[in-house]
Amino acid sequence: MAALKAKHQRLVLVIIALVALLGAGLLAAWALRNQASYFYVPSAMLGDPPAIGQAVRLGGMVQAGSLETAPDGVTIRFLVGDGAARVPVQFSGIVPDLFVEGSGVVAEGALRPDGTFLATNLLAKHDENYMPRELQDMSPSEARETVAETQE
Amino acid sequence: MIAELGLAALWLAAALAALQLLGGVIALARGEAEPLAGLVRPAAQVQALLCAIAFAALLYLFAVTDLSVALVASNSHSAKPAIFKLAGAWGNHEGSMLLWITVMALAGGLIAWVEHRLPERTLLATLAAQAFVGLGFYAFLLASSNPFARMVPAPAEGAGLNPLLQDIGLALHPPVLYCGYVGLSVAFSFAVGALLTREVTPTFARVMRPWVLGAWVALTLGITAGSYWAYYELGWGGWWFWDPVENASLMPWLAATALLHSAGVLAARDALRTWTLMLGVVAFSMSMIGTFLVRSGILTSVHAFAVDPERGTFILVLLALYIGGALALFALRAGTVAEGERFAIVSREGGLVINNVALSAILGIVLLGTLYPLLTEALGFRVSVGPPYFNPVGAIFFLPAMAVLAVGPLLRWRQDRLARIRWQMVAVAIAFTVALLAAWLLAGIALLPLLGMALAAAVAVGSVLPLARRKLTRAPLTLWGMVLAHLGVALAVFGMAADSAFTTERLVALRTGEQTSVGPWRVILENVEPVAGPNWTALTASLQVAHAGGAPVLLEPQARSFWAPAQQTSESALLTRWNGQLYAVIGGQAPGDGPERWQLRLWWKPFVTCIWYGGGLIAFGGLLALIGHVVGDLRRRRRWREARA
Repeated sequence: MAALKAKHQRLVLVIIALVALLGAGLLAAWALRNQASYFYVPSAMLGDPPAIGQAVRLGGMVQAGSLETAPDGVTIRFLVGDGAARVPVQFSGIVPDLFVEGSGVVAEGALRPDGTFLATNLLAKHDENYMPRELQDMSPSEARETVAETQE
Repeated sequence: MIAELGLAALWLAAALAALQLLGGVIALARGEAEPLAGLVRPAAQVQALLCAIAFAALLYLFAVTDLSVALVASNSHSAKPAIFKLAGAWGNHEGSMLLWITVMALAGGLIAWVEHRLPERTLLATLAAQAFVGLGFYAFLLASSNPFARMVPAPAEGAGLNPLLQDIGLALHPPVLYCGYVGLSVAFSFAVGALLTREVTPTFARVMRPWVLGAWVALTLGITAGSYWAYYELGWGGWWFWDPVENASLMPWLAATALLHSAGVLAARDALRTWTLMLGVVAFSMSMIGTFLVRSGILTSVHAFAVDPERGTFILVLLALYIGGALALFALRAGTVAEGERFAIVSREGGLVINNVALSAILGIVLLGTLYPLLTEALGFRVSVGPPYFNPVGAIFFLPAMAVLAVGPLLRWRQDRLARIRWQMVAVAIAFTVALLAAWLLAGIALLPLLGMALAAAVAVGSVLPLARRKLTRAPLTLWGMVLAHLGVALAVFGMAADSAFTTERLVALRTGEQTSVGPWRVILENVEPVAGPNWTALTASLQVAHAGGAPVLLEPQARSFWAPAQQTSESALLTRWNGQLYAVIGGQAPGDGPERWQLRLWWKPFVTCIWYGGGLIAFGGLLALIGHVVGDLRRRRRWREARA
């Protein structure tokens, strides 16, 4: 291959770099629209459910009295509520230590055809003061109400 | 007393940074003969000394657990092991910022002390830029994050260090990463200095290169160690989570990798001048963005123990000031930097340009993915971005870059013909095909790991070919460095592909005496016992694991409960074999009636260790290259002095 015409080399390199970066940017933007996992609270999940199998996150309070363990000893089922609606969640694995009834949780996973949310991961921070970030902007009174409701 | 001494040293250091900036600016405006210009080098050296004193003072306060100092009281505890008391000094916001500024001042002092190759004007401009960056951090520390603030009255006992951080790997992780970040700040200062004086020469690249190499080695080690830490400490069996804080260390690494290679082109061939300057600015910008993301806690993250929006704002202002300023300077000056030497597309430079562009594209992809949740949150809806985005989209640029990596180093500088290296290319292609077929036929695996494995084989072969037909003992150290670093890339990619393709997992609840299996291993739960440590209690499981026909080995995963502060961690147990790792975690007692059962999570991860061996090899290669360059520089300097004498 011949050397590039000397005069324009810098220009050509700049254009190659820009095209590649622009391509990367467009690709990223396209992929982000499709692959980002959206955050739902239970009422939003029931009102306008995500596609079956699409990776999303569900945040809310673990409803008191709803937690049960399957016979295999490692699968749990519980209800996540936000005061207006409740979504049944199933999770197999070792639960975070601070995961208890009445606490906040963010579940990563996808909705199944039967309406159960199959969680692949539960986020309840390893910190006694942790509150899922998504629930932080509830006003204290809202949070209290939600907690009170979940403890009924 | 010691705390006040530390604070005084810090204030003095800040004042010297101001002097250094002033002297540098005067030198630029009126020439280096001005009296204040002569103070720039000494100011940088004394500043380094003062920062070292301040940091030593903080270490001392943590070592003796002086609870009258607020930072010690809120981050330490008298019952903590000594090494973690010291590590507590930088395991928090204020201390880590002090560490940052200390490393930066030491770097500035070293430059002022040893660097005589650059034109004095460029060097003074560099030191002024360094002082300018430093001043922002001094202001930050002294105004909003004073590590030496007293607490009246002193509490009777400290609050303790986050137990997740009570780990030797993590005690060393922040300082190593900070060395990397700061090394890039030096590269940034050199780039700004060169932009100010328009002296972009091969000498400039040679002066900058050791700093970039050092920073890059530190970042590589930091990322590798951080990844291994997350792997065994978090107990999730994964080694990379695309967590914003991980991305925060990956982005500067990508930029530094690109910068390293373009600085190499500039040093050897006097090409890619403005591109190198640009990368110098970008690499440090990524460090600053990383610091901002980590320290502001603005993103949902497992590292979110550093949450403080106010400080985030401060860093954001610094970020805008430095990056905006540097980019503006770049925009103004880049056009006036004379164009460097030219080269053909088929040449060593051409290969490096392609890889530079690919690395930049990956950097952009990671940056967008990391910041996207912030953007959408501003628009009112929340998302998180994880592996389904990063893995495939990153791979689109990473895999071609691997292919170029396999053959690029075989090309000659300036201009070459692919026909000249056809036999080497055939060897690389054979390695690729054989690995592809073997992996595909033996274990029908997914596309990405399959391509990863085949390309790893191609890069492994391609990276050692530059040594072919050379006397190995005569090959320069820098060549060995390159070969080993590229081999490390192949090894790490192989490990990643193997882990993603071959890992098997088992999640069970067992009674004592029962057994299960994972991969080729049989696992018996012998018993579960409570144990007590210095500041924790725990459940320890005794697992007897055995390979078919092999002798049984004892594994003891633990679930620990700390009481200061109250928190639980999972201590995974690992059994390392040449061909992989068995990973065991105990959860807790399975809920439910009947005899008590214990939750166990087990993974068999073939060749997963290659990821970190690969990372280590990359860093080792970088270190060899660094030594090679520094030794070469010292030799040239001696010869130059002898010639003058």
